[in-house]
Amino acid sequence: MKNSSNAPQMQGAQIIVEILKEQGVDTMFGYLGGVVLPIFDKLYDTDIRFITPRHEQGGAHMADAYARCTGKTGVCIATSGPGATNLTTGIANAMMDSVPMVALTGQVRTELIGGDAFQEVDTTGITRPITKHNIIVKDVNNLAEELRQAFYIASTGRPGPVLVDIPVDVSVGTGRLNPPSEIDMPGYKPRVEGHKKQIEAAADAINKSERPVLYVGGGVIISNSSREITALAEKANIPVTTTLMGMGAFDQNSPLSIDMLGMHGAAYANMAVQNSDLLIAVGSRFDDRVTGQLKRFCPNAKILHVDIDPASISKNVQVHVPVVGDAKLVLPEITELLEHKPRESWFAQISEWKKAHPFTYDKNASNIKPQYVIEELWNQTKGEATITTGVGQHQMWAAQFYKYKYPRQFITSGGLGTMGFGLPSAIGAQVARPESTVIDIDGDSSFNMTLTELSTAVMYNLPVKAVVLNNGYMGMVRQWQELFYQRRYSHSHLLNPNFAEVAKALGAGGISIERKDEVPGAVEKMLSYDGPCVLDCRIEAEENVWPMVSPGKALDEMAGLEIFEKMP
Amino acid sequence: MKHVISALVQNKPGVLAHVAGMFAARAFNIDSLAVGRTDDPNLSRMTIVVVGGSEVLEQVRKQLGKIVSVVKIQDFAGRDVVARDLMLINIHCRAEKRAEIQALVSMFEGKVVDIGPKNVMVEISGPESKMEAFIDACRHYGIKATARTGTIAMPRYRKGDKS
Ligand SMILES: Cc1ncc(C[n+]2csc(CCOP(=O)(O)OP(=O)(O)O)c2C)c(N)n1
Repeated sequence: MKNSSNAPQMQGAQIIVEILKEQGVDTMFGYLGGVVLPIFDKLYDTDIRFITPRHEQGGAHMADAYARCTGKTGVCIATSGPGATNLTTGIANAMMDSVPMVALTGQVRTELIGGDAFQEVDTTGITRPITKHNIIVKDVNNLAEELRQAFYIASTGRPGPVLVDIPVDVSVGTGRLNPPSEIDMPGYKPRVEGHKKQIEAAADAINKSERPVLYVGGGVIISNSSREITALAEKANIPVTTTLMGMGAFDQNSPLSIDMLGMHGAAYANMAVQNSDLLIAVGSRFDDRVTGQLKRFCPNAKILHVDIDPASISKNVQVHVPVVGDAKLVLPEITELLEHKPRESWFAQISEWKKAHPFTYDKNASNIKPQYVIEELWNQTKGEATITTGVGQHQMWAAQFYKYKYPRQFITSGGLGTMGFGLPSAIGAQVARPESTVIDIDGDSSFNMTLTELSTAVMYNLPVKAVVLNNGYMGMVRQWQELFYQRRYSHSHLLNPNFAEVAKALGAGGISIERKDEVPGAVEKMLSYDGPCVLDCRIEAEENVWPMVSPGKALDEMAGLEIFEKMP
Repeated sequence: MKHVISALVQNKPGVLAHVAGMFAARAFNIDSLAVGRTDDPNLSRMTIVVVGGSEVLEQVRKQLGKIVSVVKIQDFAGRDVVARDLMLINIHCRAEKRAEIQALVSMFEGKVVDIGPKNVMVEISGPESKMEAFIDACRHYGIKATARTGTIAMPRYRKGDKS
């Protein structure tokens, strides 16, 4: 590390703040504690917007959603020990969904490390497997450089969380703030440009294919290449399915869209994938929730995979045509070489599947169907809202029944599947998009996990809306118990509080409904409420998510299709 | 199949934990892992022997490459490599057997490094198969303890190689 002797000297905490400003950080989320007080003291004098959650997990999810909405690096901070351990779920969540994040944690004084000091944990040890990189800074003179590297690593290549652990004596010590120099890490050189030969091979495979399908993942959103993927699909005339993480990367209103694939994906998407002769995976990672049984995935297809992470290629499935690079750069180069093809019989086949098995539900039911609530949200927001979710059935319905037009419009925990993500991520999204309608579509059990964050929304005047699809169950778990455990509903039921009353007690608006005819009015009332508001919908308790690819089944062996056939 | 991978890593705290943790978390089967500093004090070399097919080897290489403190990875598949283990082995040995054991040790090009009233300690190095053979040959005397480094390896120089 180069040190210029005439660089200004200042306190470690001030160096941290200077680097945050230098990196363009305008918003942070975090919680106080003894060993981070020096940093908080310096933050007091900055314009950085600071949001204090009610629990560090909430803060990490907020930073995560803020990053997903803006494309910037989310920043969160916590104290040592319990503060750091509370952050871990949020960090792991960001890791699994490749979200750029810098997490700062305080640590006990350097000379106390290892002695089981008060509020000491081995934070770098705990977070090593759930971060892209982490480091403990033991010399205040390295602080600036390490923080710059943290921001660089978090946001480049395949993004991810980087944790910087800072002992309190480093924060209060005095060191040099060296000017930024070119970052050169011998072990970190992400490759962004595609290889010419690979690009030609990819274009050739696409031009030769009769029944191609584009399988688009979150990587396309992360790399801001939604326009590029659209151009490719349109030029070569290829149907597009997205993963849960890829929702919004391709406008679902386009005639080329065949919606989401996977365990609870569209029947027509799954059938198209299984019957394709070329699967073009872009920024997607062949998660088991997507592929179904691996051995029988895409039996007759060649697989083309574009990804910035070489380790993602041939990790789960054998790839025939790999292209390593940033989709933003690679896709236009491939598109350049593509030919338009009519593919009449392929599209005719797909539209037959689409007609036979659309997403639907019993529209004549007398009670509130969750899908109906989501359709109503979609109608009343004209498909323009930012949607966040918890994890469970409601998450799948939010993916199936709201149609997404834009990248970064659907914020959900895909890789880790973190219940409790919905409300804090809605808050982070609302901070990122003050003008936008932000709706957390949540389940009752998920909502219970982090509902204390409502008072954060109240405190900072963030008008998030939370729609709780309240079935009185851990619905998705209950569905599995129904299907695979002979309806033995072991502990999947919780006694819920009255969510509307809880909301009111915390200073937000609260509405409860039980009847179907109340839905449109209640949604309208919630949307026009001036401030955060919870809409508790008592829905059909034993509704299931269909279609479903059960574990161990091939992607086109979907249960529940007959239900669609019986529908009016 | 055993594969030998050599990783040049930054000589920083936590790097070994990071590498070893990655292997455990991804369920890769490590046969041995040897670490030591190189001539450059900023760099250490890890020689890792993994068991698995070629797809496993490929993933191991790529996942290692993702670790920020890993600077360079080589795998020696298909190359002529010099591979060595170093072993210290303590053998039960009364005075009257010393000559016999000494003969065995010279046959294996080992070295007696310590002698006690009832034991000898032998240092021996070479490819793994040689270690195994020596252990087998000593077994009937009674082995008190062995300590091994795990494999370290380097490819042989061939005409046309860079440096
Ligand atoms: C933190 C966490 N704990 C447990 C789980 C396992 N899990 C997945 S879905 C689910 C039930 C979710 O219930 P709810 O939030 O009410 O949503 P619903 O399925 O009813 O829509 C559970 C327990 C999880 N994903 N995350």
